[in-house]
Amino acid sequence: MELDVSILSRIQFAFTVSFHIIFPSITIGLATLIAIWEGLWLKTGNPQYLQLAKFWIKPFAITFGMGVVSGIVLSYEFGTNFSKFSEIAGAVLGPLMAYEVLTAFFLEAGFLGVMLFGWQRVSAKMHFFATVTVAVGTWISAFWIIAANSWMQTPQGHQIVDGKFEVVSWFDVIFNPSMPYRFTHMLLAAFITATFVVMATHAWYLRKGQHQEFGRKGLSMMLWFALVLTPLQAWVGDLHGLNVKEHQPVKLAAMEGIWAEKESNVPLLLFAVPDMKAEGNHYEVAIPGLASLILTHDWQGELQGLKSVPPEDRPHVPMVFFSFRIMVGIGVLMIGVALIGAYLRWRGTLYQSHWFLLPVSFMAPTGVIAVLAGWYVVEIGRQPWIIYGLVRTSEIVSPLPAERVLFSLTLFVLTYSLLFGVYLYFMRKLIKKGPAPIEQLEQQRIGVKASGYALSFTKALATDTDPSSTKGAN
Amino acid sequence: MELELSLGLFYLLLLGFAILMYVLLDGFDLGIGILYPWFNTDAEHDHLMRSIAHVWDGNETWLVFGGVILFGAFPAAYAAITSTFYLPIILMLIGLIFRGVAFEYRFKSDTSKRYWNMAFAAGSSLAAFCQGLMLGTLVQGVPADFINQSSFNWLSPFSLFCGLAVMAGYALLACCYLVMKSRGELQQKAARYGQRLLLMVMLSMLLVSLWTVWIEPEIRARWFGGWHALWLIPLPLLSVLAARLLFRDLGRVHRSLQAETAVHERHEERPFWLASGLFLLAFVGLLVSVFPYLLPRQLTYMQAAAPDSSLIFMLPGIFIFVPLICAYTLWGYKIFAGKVEDYQEGY
Repeated sequence: MELDVSILSRIQFAFTVSFHIIFPSITIGLATLIAIWEGLWLKTGNPQYLQLAKFWIKPFAITFGMGVVSGIVLSYEFGTNFSKFSEIAGAVLGPLMAYEVLTAFFLEAGFLGVMLFGWQRVSAKMHFFATVTVAVGTWISAFWIIAANSWMQTPQGHQIVDGKFEVVSWFDVIFNPSMPYRFTHMLLAAFITATFVVMATHAWYLRKGQHQEFGRKGLSMMLWFALVLTPLQAWVGDLHGLNVKEHQPVKLAAMEGIWAEKESNVPLLLFAVPDMKAEGNHYEVAIPGLASLILTHDWQGELQGLKSVPPEDRPHVPMVFFSFRIMVGIGVLMIGVALIGAYLRWRGTLYQSHWFLLPVSFMAPTGVIAVLAGWYVVEIGRQPWIIYGLVRTSEIVSPLPAERVLFSLTLFVLTYSLLFGVYLYFMRKLIKKGPAPIEQLEQQRIGVKASGYALSFTKALATDTDPSSTKGAN
Repeated sequence: MELELSLGLFYLLLLGFAILMYVLLDGFDLGIGILYPWFNTDAEHDHLMRSIAHVWDGNETWLVFGGVILFGAFPAAYAAITSTFYLPIILMLIGLIFRGVAFEYRFKSDTSKRYWNMAFAAGSSLAAFCQGLMLGTLVQGVPADFINQSSFNWLSPFSLFCGLAVMAGYALLACCYLVMKSRGELQQKAARYGQRLLLMVMLSMLLVSLWTVWIEPEIRARWFGGWHALWLIPLPLLSVLAARLLFRDLGRVHRSLQAETAVHERHEERPFWLASGLFLLAFVGLLVSVFPYLLPRQLTYMQAAAPDSSLIFMLPGIFIFVPLICAYTLWGYKIFAGKVEDYQEGY
């Protein structure tokens, strides 16, 4: 079989970026949760919040580490595998990413050291400040990378000179039409992902009869968050969908499985198997007119279909179609969990309802799966374009020998599979170990290990070794 | 050649600054990984890891910064360099992945500790070696159609030598860092290794300098044409002076336990600054040799520069955030100032 370097490079990028996004989706939300717990602890003095923060900071640390190392790969992969793309679009995307590094990466990295290792070297308030800074850093990072991605979806504010993109208005580039929706949708998705990772863990403790107080506190908070965030996400997702209809109608047609050039009274497909050769769907299960109602707010509303463009301008329909259903399905499931949780809380049987806690304790990966599925809709739905409507993905791949890309792809698959196994192993280990008892946390606050102790200790040593004194501290 | 003051030149200097910061900062923490196999006990390994656990992430960010400045300010060079060095870059990234995750997993492991030790040492060494390899190939210059060839042009005796030289250089920085951050036997050991590594580094710098001047007529003309040699002579002279001082400082630290050297004659922080100075001088020397090329003899910084709209857009960010980054990075180092303590600290 002839190896195609374009396909291989795309598979490699898809694989490495999919692997990467798992970790920031969790850490953006988790950093925020840890900041909230630390803030509540400072405000109320309730040690339960400190226990939550101190426990979740460990899974956060390993998740963040995985995100950092897999992220560095991406910042170089644009060039290694898509040299022509980085050459023609570098003047637009490069500066956006430079701002991401300047305003977010350094901020996160600079304060992460204090957040993870500084408990005994700075005051509690300073530590809280470091945690908040790390959390804000993750949001800013998301802002810039979503701006860059959204420009590739709905490009504007540029001109093309000698085949290369030049920016005319940076405001238009950054705040392109899909950016505000995608950014809000993604940030909410990250919060929800972390919420369900934490919720599942605490449900698991309750179900196992371990760390009851800790389990209740976490589960209760997460269910409140989910009750607010998941319906909000459904609403934002709907707005985002309307935005796609306006700016990327072919992607929307693939999401909804609409083939006819123009169709009114479009049914909402609960299930179908789209067939790209036959240009139609098999095994449709549909609710008549509902897609039109959702997208045009009119039962008879007209939507553009896939046949409005030639086959070479269509994305891979089944992948977009199924990814979209997986994402929405998980979203509905999450809303259901939030509502049932609220009902059980009202009934006062939440912590005893094992039939509820059992499925919830298995929901830790659902957020990540929904995020991945959502991004497949976004990215596969944009194809065959890399910059929507302007540049085709097939035109911009580095002219590398295919064997070389096959080699690197193999290396990434092996490395990442190994690391993912290791990550799950250590997550399991940390969760099984459970939180430190509150008494121990209280003890750490006094005596040898109190905040600032190490700092004053080393300062005292430094004065001992001062040139004016003759005896060394060794 | 005429030096024209332009935005492009500013970004070239900024890129140089980013690379230098990366080499100095990640240099010492990659160097710790390179030195790792020469320390044997768990306690020593714990100490080595603990000395850099809080800074490696920030240090590595300079690599990403260098990458995106190249991407944003010189897209053509970013495209050409990264795709040309496909395999060394991929291998470097794989190395960085393994050593990066080792920090978190090693401290949480019981049975798998030795694998994380291996991942940390091998990953750091591989990353440093690949960086040296690319540096060597860049200095050598690459043919225009390099990317299309499936041959391994970056595998030359010269580039392999540069790979090893960079490893030695990073290990030297790490030794100087340890002299500053540890005490007792470990400090002595670091000073002793530092002396040997310094000799290796100086020898490599001499060989690389002679080699490039010998092989590349353009570089020879740059250094010895006209009055150039007179202007440039401070570079090698200062390097030798710095090396001399560094060797003496390390010797004093190394002998201090036996010979009861008075504390005030023992410099514990100066070696690190001297080693950094040595790197700075070598870097300036490199710049003299390859300027104005980003991809030597193929692509100059002027040819590769992005349109002004992009270069101007990044300026406020750079002027506001680079000083801020330097400030809070310094603050971070200050918080963890002093010797590394061997009790379980952190979260």
